[in-house]
Amino acid sequence: MQHDEAYVNAFRSVLKIQDSDKIKAMKYRDDNWDSVAHMVLMSEIENTFGVMLDIEDVVDFSSFEKGKEILRKYNVEL
Amino acid sequence: MLDGKVSLITGGSRGIGRAIVERFAEEGATIYVNSRKPNSLDEYCAELAESHETEVIPLYYDVTDIQGMKNAFMRISKERSRLDILVNNAGIMKDAILGMIRHEDIEEIFRTNVFAVIEHIQYAARLMKRYKSGCIVNISSIIGTMGNPGQVAYSASKGAVISLTKSAAKELASDGIRVNAIAPGMVDTDMYRSVGDALRDEHLRTIKLGRLGEARDISDAIVFLSSGMAGYITGQILTVDGCTII
Repeated sequence: MQHDEAYVNAFRSVLKIQDSDKIKAMKYRDDNWDSVAHMVLMSEIENTFGVMLDIEDVVDFSSFEKGKEILRKYNVEL
Repeated sequence: MLDGKVSLITGGSRGIGRAIVERFAEEGATIYVNSRKPNSLDEYCAELAESHETEVIPLYYDVTDIQGMKNAFMRISKERSRLDILVNNAGIMKDAILGMIRHEDIEEIFRTNVFAVIEHIQYAARLMKRYKSGCIVNISSIIGTMGNPGQVAYSASKGAVISLTKSAAKELASDGIRVNAIAPGMVDTDMYRSVGDALRDEHLRTIKLGRLGEARDISDAIVFLSSGMAGYITGQILTVDGCTII
């Protein structure tokens, strides 16, 4: 639960979007989630959960939901 | 000039890499030193740390081993939460005339001299972005700018270092990360001495300052580029060759 909130907050702080429902439906390239914001988001998520993502996972991180799936590989339960 | 700066130096066990490590220690940097051979730098790092009252930590991995590299960055992240300076020094040289370059050798040269450099920058930049600050120095060569017979593959790899340095600098500037490269000329290291006395004399005639470079000449330039004194310098290739005309 705590991780869920931290995960949403990472998106919120980087993409400057407050609406949680909107964040949960987001996909890469939606609104201001461009390639520059993507790298900042990856850095924020790594910082938040103390992980270092493989480059392949950074590239595959294509949506809020896909990100959860990827983070589970790093033992981050969401 | 580098007091407390968290640094990663690849290929730090000998030659120019070793000189960089020693100069960084003199300047008070906290240094992670990469080398391929396990335990080979334990004693050296401990002595250096003691004599310069800083931290010098060996990291053993092959720069072309992605998992090993990732583990190294993970360790730096856990222990320091930051990285201020990356020096991409590790490199290999395999000379052969054009008609005798094996495909495997080209691949090996590019894996070490180009792919590993890009991959180190990818991971380093992610740590540096956290603080919107960082400095990356790549090691190219005057062979990468001028070319040389018998060094087609090597020169291509070092030319690639120049172009990737310029592109990375442009891409990372908005994150406060500077990216520059040094292009050393002929430097008196163990690797260079293997060319023999005759070729050495021939080379000396091409160097206007009248002497081979010393590893210290290169490491001094790297300290400068890594320091605040170079805070407005990025995307540049600094040739350190004593004015060599080849």
